[in-house]
Amino acid sequence: MNIYQDIILDHYHHPHNKGKIDHPDNSVLTNNPLCGDKIEMTVILDKNKIKEIKFSGEGCVISQASASMLTDYAKNRSKQELKKLDSKFIIKMLGIDLGVNRIKCAVLPLEALQKLLV
Amino acid sequence: MINVNNVKKQFPIFENQPNLVYLDSTATSLKPKIVIDKIKEYYEEYSANVFRGIYPMSEKATTEFEETRNIVFKFINANKPEEIVFTRNATESLNLLAYSLGRKIIKSGDEIVTTIMEHHSNFVPWQVLSSEIGAVFKVIDINNNGYLNLYNENIKYQISNIKSKTNDKYQNLKLENIITKKTKILALTYVSNVLGTINPIKEIISEVKKINSKIIVIVDAAQAVPHIKVNVQDLGADFIVFSSHKMLGPTGVGVLWGKEQLLKEMYPFMYGGDMINEVYIDRSTYKDPPHKFEAGTPAIGEIIAFKEAINFLNKVGVKNIRDHEKKIIDFAISRLNDTFGQSIKIFGPTNIEDKGGIISFYLDKFHPHDIAQILANDGICVRAGHHCAMPLHTRFNIPATVRASFYIYNDETDVEKLVEGLKKVKKILS
Repeated sequence: MNIYQDIILDHYHHPHNKGKIDHPDNSVLTNNPLCGDKIEMTVILDKNKIKEIKFSGEGCVISQASASMLTDYAKNRSKQELKKLDSKFIIKMLGIDLGVNRIKCAVLPLEALQKLLV
Repeated sequence: MINVNNVKKQFPIFENQPNLVYLDSTATSLKPKIVIDKIKEYYEEYSANVFRGIYPMSEKATTEFEETRNIVFKFINANKPEEIVFTRNATESLNLLAYSLGRKIIKSGDEIVTTIMEHHSNFVPWQVLSSEIGAVFKVIDINNNGYLNLYNENIKYQISNIKSKTNDKYQNLKLENIITKKTKILALTYVSNVLGTINPIKEIISEVKKINSKIIVIVDAAQAVPHIKVNVQDLGADFIVFSSHKMLGPTGVGVLWGKEQLLKEMYPFMYGGDMINEVYIDRSTYKDPPHKFEAGTPAIGEIIAFKEAINFLNKVGVKNIRDHEKKIIDFAISRLNDTFGQSIKIFGPTNIEDKGGIISFYLDKFHPHDIAQILANDGICVRAGHHCAMPLHTRFNIPATVRASFYIYNDETDVEKLVEGLKKVKKILS
């Protein structure tokens, strides 16, 4: 199956929630030195929920699309709920089959998000 | 002249995957039937251990095993078969040297010199050894075209020293200041696995030995032996390492060639079966090289089959292989540059006389993983990443490249498919 589906490419070319929040409650930078992907996330919380979230950084199509979709998903959801997410969720969210070597790209934004919520 | 269609017929993988465009021989080569059959022969006909049994099967296995050593020694023109040590791979050969030679001869304040274009396996063992012992670790830089900065007046190289000497002291120096009387080891690659640069190893060795006749030169020839004629006596090196699996042979077999006297003086590497002479309660004695370094049951079937790979290379002719690769590289570089112009950046020498069958590149701002993935969807196998050469990529200020590498089963058709694939990449990702 081709992983470069229209919806993935659309998120890559027109990412949602791209940028940095000026005065965030928390921020985090994660990277994958192997391929040079970098993701920075900033967040504003409303009690236990994510009120606003943005990401920035460089990376492959998969990591960028994943960050775009995941930040959409995370808004208005609780920390507890988001902490439970795993790689299976990411694969389902992206709706594509990823080989063992690409799964790391897809999961990088999730790693960033979960560090942010600690 | 190599007839690629005839060559391909001898590689069963092309029967099973007829559309395969394999451009990753720098990572590992494909295997001809004759090698695969030989492994099968060992397991089906005489799968005994070596050097142990006195029954015919074990003797047959031992003879076949030692025959490979003979063929390797002739292939690289060593002095004698005893100078050939079998390891698991070139990485293990280099780690063996750092451990058994490095720990023997390196003292605090001594220097170990390597280059920025090394594979991690010829970089990290020396970096770690230097830091453990308190030696000075020097790294020779390259210029932007991928040549070692050895003879340039403006040599710029890094120094990483536990006693943190400033870099300033080492600016603008000549080779005499890189290699000094304190330099115990120079470890460098013959052919860069990213840039394809073929270093003038013979000239470098001759120059450094003029400055310091006691220096030990270790050559990582993993990307050289499969592609260019390597004559260890002519080169003047002290040690050379390479891997079977990059030269049509099985995985799990590496070679360490070293001068006999040096091999004798080194510490053993691992202790255990096959490397022991006598063991008493309070002490042990060891066999002479090469067995001193071959503890435990080796990859017998794989080592036996390795000789068939060398026989195959000899039959095709290593010089023919080099000529064939030059032709493809020349074609590929012009096709890629003509098609993609400014949007492609190919790293390393542009003169094919100085370049092995390796093309690493960057296309627009596309991530190498995405390029490799889209090519993979069309059956084109390339490598994306830093190719175990992170210091080199950092030197160029890029996280990763795409690498296409060529061998005897590749031809211009593969280049055309690569070009078509890259056009598709641009279409999908732009």
